[in-house]
Amino acid sequence: MASTALFFLFAGFAIMCAISMVYHKNPLYSAISLVGVFISLSCIYVMLAAPFIAAVQILIYAGAIMVLVVFVIMLLNLDDQGTKNRLRYLWALGGGLGVVLLVQTLFIFYAVMKAPQQASDQSVSVGKTLSIGQSMYTVYLLPVEIVGVLLLMAIIGAVILARRLSQPQLELVVDQELDRRNETELENEYRVEL
Amino acid sequence: MLMEPVIKTAFPFVVTAVAVLIAFQMVLMIVAYTVLAERKVLGWIQGRIGPNRVGPWGVLQPFADLLKFIFKEDLVPDKSTKFIYFLAPMVALVCALMPMVVYPFGPAITSVDWSFLPYGLGEGIRTLPLTIAQIDVGVLFVLGITSVGVYGIALAGWSSNSKYSLMGGLRSSAQMISYELAMGASVIGVVMLAGTLDLGGIIYAQQTSTFRWFIIPQFVGFIVFLIAAFAETNRVPFDLPEAETELVAGFHTEYSALKFALFFMAEYVNMFTVSVMCTVLFLGGWYVPGLSHIFEPGTIPYALVSHFAFIGKICAFLFFYIWVRGTLPRFRFDQLMNFGWKFLLPVALANVIVTTVVVFFLNR
Repeated sequence: MASTALFFLFAGFAIMCAISMVYHKNPLYSAISLVGVFISLSCIYVMLAAPFIAAVQILIYAGAIMVLVVFVIMLLNLDDQGTKNRLRYLWALGGGLGVVLLVQTLFIFYAVMKAPQQASDQSVSVGKTLSIGQSMYTVYLLPVEIVGVLLLMAIIGAVILARRLSQPQLELVVDQELDRRNETELENEYRVEL
Repeated sequence: MLMEPVIKTAFPFVVTAVAVLIAFQMVLMIVAYTVLAERKVLGWIQGRIGPNRVGPWGVLQPFADLLKFIFKEDLVPDKSTKFIYFLAPMVALVCALMPMVVYPFGPAITSVDWSFLPYGLGEGIRTLPLTIAQIDVGVLFVLGITSVGVYGIALAGWSSNSKYSLMGGLRSSAQMISYELAMGASVIGVVMLAGTLDLGGIIYAQQTSTFRWFIIPQFVGFIVFLIAAFAETNRVPFDLPEAETELVAGFHTEYSALKFALFFMAEYVNMFTVSVMCTVLFLGGWYVPGLSHIFEPGTIPYALVSHFAFIGKICAFLFFYIWVRGTLPRFRFDQLMNFGWKFLLPVALANVIVTTVVVFFLNR
């Protein structure tokens, strides 16, 4: 009873935040709404007896990724005009995807209704840190390794892009300026001494 | 007897609420007196006396400060984003206070017989754990909630519509993301040695380990954690988000009265949090070596002495914070970033690798 009420509380909060994320024109408000979605989702994970997933959801999505997004929005100071007309051709695509999502949700409801109503004997340990760690390094070792390599590639790519575009140029400019100053200073010193 | 089922249902909630109230009161009192201690100790370090007018030796100074915060005029900048401006201090303080629910304040009391409670409330109760919620992922919970706290500072900086605030907010989000990585990596060694993410479990694992306290096998992790903790709480020498010589007061430049007090309290509660984490992860938490020979474990005296040992270790860390503030100058921002990414994080990762190898060969 109490858990049903809590589920509807958190799920309703998640949906409200999701709607406000889509409809706000200010990108910072959208970002904060998305944080609200993540936090209410993690509350639902806790109620599903998956505390590890919940903690990781908060730690990584709310605590790291969205902080970066907020950081970028604050740096760029985006204005809220100019996005309205540009994306009009995407309405049909968005509508189609929405219908697909709705059908998928209905199918999941149907499948859950049809499924045999019995509790799995694994349900006690599933979602605990130990069982997640063990299955990640035994059954799902290959996907974990592939994701690891993928993330490494992304990191290296980001570093290469950042270095090539900005840093050498900046260093060149600074070095040239320093060289110029040193030369003029040296010349001045020389003159005075002479 | 109509009330009996109601009372039986409400009993766990009442117990939890009382526990939360006690813990809340304790944390806030410690925080209030940390502020006073900071001013006193800084005074001694700088050859001054410190506050000594309100009450004997100034012991009532925190309450005087609080009254002053309440009665000050609450100024709101004209062009600020009002909703986020009001939200930010609340986010900061709530995220600072929430980890309180997983602190292991002491060992469980098992010797008390609870059958004297009316309505048979004490029937199933064997132990009284001195922690509010025992959750499987306590370490991740504390790290996660404190990492959400950065929104309070970043949003405060953005919504104030002031250059200094924005600079402070940007600096703090960059700094806290950078040092969170080193902090998380430094904890992994302890988690591997203990084999659990539960804070109480980590304390028990230290009691049965060879060196009693994890600070000895994990000394590198301890140093990295301590340095990252200074950066995470925006304290000297990493207090760049509120560097007063460059940014007036950084992210809280435009905040006044009780809203400023919320930020102020959040900073000190965060100091308390990282002190608790340091104590639990590296100094054995409430564990006093040899105490079990004097008192029987599970009795009330054992729990009390352990609890005060826990508070004492935390106070030692809080004193260390103040001492460092009175001693070190502030870093430059590029030094801060270089230090975090190019020194602290590699050291923490090396520590993880070495610990992994050692644990692997010890467990074989």
